[in-house]
Amino acid sequence: MSTLTKQNLFEGFLESSFVGFEKAREEGKASFLNQGLPTLKSEEYKFTAITKKLEQSLSNLSPAKPFDLSEEEVSEAIPQGFEGPILVFSNGHLIKNLCLGIDHLNFSTLSEKLETPIGSIAKVDKDAFAALNQASFEEGVFISIPKKEVVEKPILLLSFNKANLGDVISPRVWIDAGDFAEVTFISHSINKGDTPYFVNKVVEIKGGLNSQIRYYRIQNEGKNAFEVSNIETNLLQDSRFTSVTLSLSGEMVRNNLSLNLLGSNSEGNMYGIYLLNGKTHVDNHTNVDHTIPHAESNELYKGILADQSRGVFNGKIFVRQDAQKTNAFQQNNNILLSNDATINTKPQLEIWADDVKCSHGCTTGQLDEEALFYLQARGIDKIQAKGLLLFAFAGEVLEHIENESFREYCTNLVQERLGSKF
Amino acid sequence: MSKDNQILEEFTSKEYEHGWSVNYEADEAPIGLNEDIIKWISTKKEEPLWLLEWRLKAFKTWKTMTEPSWANVKYPKVDLQSLRYYSAPKQSNKPKSLDEVDPELLQIYERLGINLNEQKKLQGIAVDAVLDSVSVGTTFKATLSKLGIVFCSFSEAVKEHPDLVKKYLGSVVPMTDNYYAALNSAVFSDGSFCYIPKGVRCPMELSTYFRINAANTGQFERTLIVAEDEAYVSYLEGCTAPQRDENQLHAAVVEIYAAKNAEVKYSTVQNWFPGDKNGKGGIYNFVTKRGICAGDYSKISWTQVETGSAVTWKYPSCILKGDNSIGEFYSVAVTNNYQQADTGTKMIHIGKNTKSRIVSKGISAGKSQNSYRGQVQVMKRADNARNFSQCDSLLMGDRCGAHTFPYIDINNSSAKVEHEATTSKIGEDQLFYCNQRGISTEDAVALIVNGYAKEVLNQLPMEFAVEAQKLLALTLEGSVG
Repeated sequence: MSTLTKQNLFEGFLESSFVGFEKAREEGKASFLNQGLPTLKSEEYKFTAITKKLEQSLSNLSPAKPFDLSEEEVSEAIPQGFEGPILVFSNGHLIKNLCLGIDHLNFSTLSEKLETPIGSIAKVDKDAFAALNQASFEEGVFISIPKKEVVEKPILLLSFNKANLGDVISPRVWIDAGDFAEVTFISHSINKGDTPYFVNKVVEIKGGLNSQIRYYRIQNEGKNAFEVSNIETNLLQDSRFTSVTLSLSGEMVRNNLSLNLLGSNSEGNMYGIYLLNGKTHVDNHTNVDHTIPHAESNELYKGILADQSRGVFNGKIFVRQDAQKTNAFQQNNNILLSNDATINTKPQLEIWADDVKCSHGCTTGQLDEEALFYLQARGIDKIQAKGLLLFAFAGEVLEHIENESFREYCTNLVQERLGSKF
Repeated sequence: MSKDNQILEEFTSKEYEHGWSVNYEADEAPIGLNEDIIKWISTKKEEPLWLLEWRLKAFKTWKTMTEPSWANVKYPKVDLQSLRYYSAPKQSNKPKSLDEVDPELLQIYERLGINLNEQKKLQGIAVDAVLDSVSVGTTFKATLSKLGIVFCSFSEAVKEHPDLVKKYLGSVVPMTDNYYAALNSAVFSDGSFCYIPKGVRCPMELSTYFRINAANTGQFERTLIVAEDEAYVSYLEGCTAPQRDENQLHAAVVEIYAAKNAEVKYSTVQNWFPGDKNGKGGIYNFVTKRGICAGDYSKISWTQVETGSAVTWKYPSCILKGDNSIGEFYSVAVTNNYQQADTGTKMIHIGKNTKSRIVSKGISAGKSQNSYRGQVQVMKRADNARNFSQCDSLLMGDRCGAHTFPYIDINNSSAKVEHEATTSKIGEDQLFYCNQRGISTEDAVALIVNGYAKEVLNQLPMEFAVEAQKLLALTLEGSVG
């Protein structure tokens, strides 16, 4: 048992100055105190010693306050070629006067929208950190896409993080896509400081009938960032959700991504790349819950690990008894570039229905020597040839980004990383 | 659908073939578990002091351990204090050879189709028959001893080859390994011991047949197989139990040690009483099986056909320590009615150029739950390790479950590890194709299932493969909709 307990590390932290959501907060607090922080003995955090890391790096936890940002800082951070509405967050708080192109966007802060059903999608008893966020979030945002509205340009959620030692940033996002609505989100975070900080994020997404939601995110906050994110989505009939996660750095990153397929003919897609070096630790836990017949899920996560980095992948697929005619596919491929790098992967299937097609595959290996030789024989030097092959390996995931300019932006990021670092 | 249901009904009401029991006079330990019982067992078996101390140490550690709860199985807790830890058929004199063994006991085995009377045997399999807590007889002992092979009951080995036992006992499965292994270490009553000396290729299959007969008795046997350099042995294990209403506990430990260039093949056809169609009774099968490829170029191969037991918790594993060593695991696990199985393997790659292969075929029918749980671990120094895992599940009926929990932990960049899993049911087109050619649905299912499991069944020695095939067909008869 770690010396760190819920009593000391988060003491005083569970009381929020925020007015509203009292019931949800109480629930979160009770659930957090009941669950406690995960240790390596908890099956879900077996390979990710986040509690120990937090204990070593942080003390006197307190909620992070927003800090001042200039317009220049915001415009510098916008990915090249990006067009569309931009929501700017400072330590998880929405800064309205810095937001851009938001005239037709329907959104508000959570303190303005106290009726938001916080915690109705991301259930507190699933994860201690989701409970912690629900007990302690200071502010958040509610975004609604009205029925039948098609938001052509992607919406950029631009978060700036800078915190004093011990500050905890607890962003809370609620997205409500109405029936037949279509929308793309790009989530991008920028580290503005040099003190270690902890981001504990919860995003709840509700997909209406026949809605289409795409959620792309880049995680590249450098070695001071500890992050746990819980993203949970409910999908109704005929709706479709696609997530692409690009993880490039962070001291310790844990992503919990859950899809609940609640209506028939719904489709959930989860894609991810993790390119890790240094001592970066990235843990992707995904969870697809097929509760109804005739739904589909696809999953592809690819990882390239160098130096002393560590990658963890756990993909769960649940097919409930009523979910006949389910198609669920899952794949996880990894390349280790160093003997000090570690990959722990656990593709998990739990199936209670018989008329289903489910498969998962998982590989760990290295680059094909023959392909490397082929390229070298054609005058491409070894480093470049390796970069090329690694890019081809990771590139399969990038293809799932539908927005062209963002795909290009991500492609550049990946190429830059593979060309220079590996 | 109604016809299918009818067939299903017919099948599920089918009685367990080996459900009978025999009344014989038994020599039993008092009920309960404490140090005195352990001393009682040890005295009864005339064991040396070191073994008693070893048992007591295991017991002491066991008391500090808790029952594992991570497996995907649900069952009422076993009250270990209400069990009897030793039960042996009473025999007036210690039999010196099979001729002196009580004919009534031999009859038990004859009814199971195992003839211990070796003169009549043509099959070329040496059998060690274990009834409840003790071994009743071992065949072909003389033939084997000419080659220097030791094949006898564990108690005999303790008396006649104490050095060997002392050297290898607990070397692969330490007494503190897990809750059930520790319990077994404390109270194990008998089992088989097998030692193949250097350079010897065992000319026949060695086999142990386990039979639980007494009520309220836990069976805790221990098998130890040691293969020295360049030795080869193929070992078979079979088991049945009478049909009883209460659950019975079987917590065995199997240890295999393979030295340089040695090869050990271990096959199991497990057919413990699985409980009746309402899930009442049946054996709890909590077994720890592990082999170590200690020498270079050694090989251990596990093959299991699991059709019985109410609850199975079993992970035959290989520690690939020697360079270029090979570990294999082939499994068919069938669950029906209310059976639950959580089974799989662990392949721990430590040496260089080590290879492992996992083929697991799960078949679930009725209201059963079937889980594959496996681990492939490649240590930092295990250069060029190679693993291929395949675990397929076949579902029959919409009330059963198939689950896969593979853990893959890689620490070396030259490792090549592949894992794939699929879950599906028998295709209607396949059944239709067979029907069209005049094969009844029943037979078609048996055909398809046998084809599905063939990769594993092919690994079994011939005599066992026939039995396993029959068992499979029987277990699944009529269970497809």
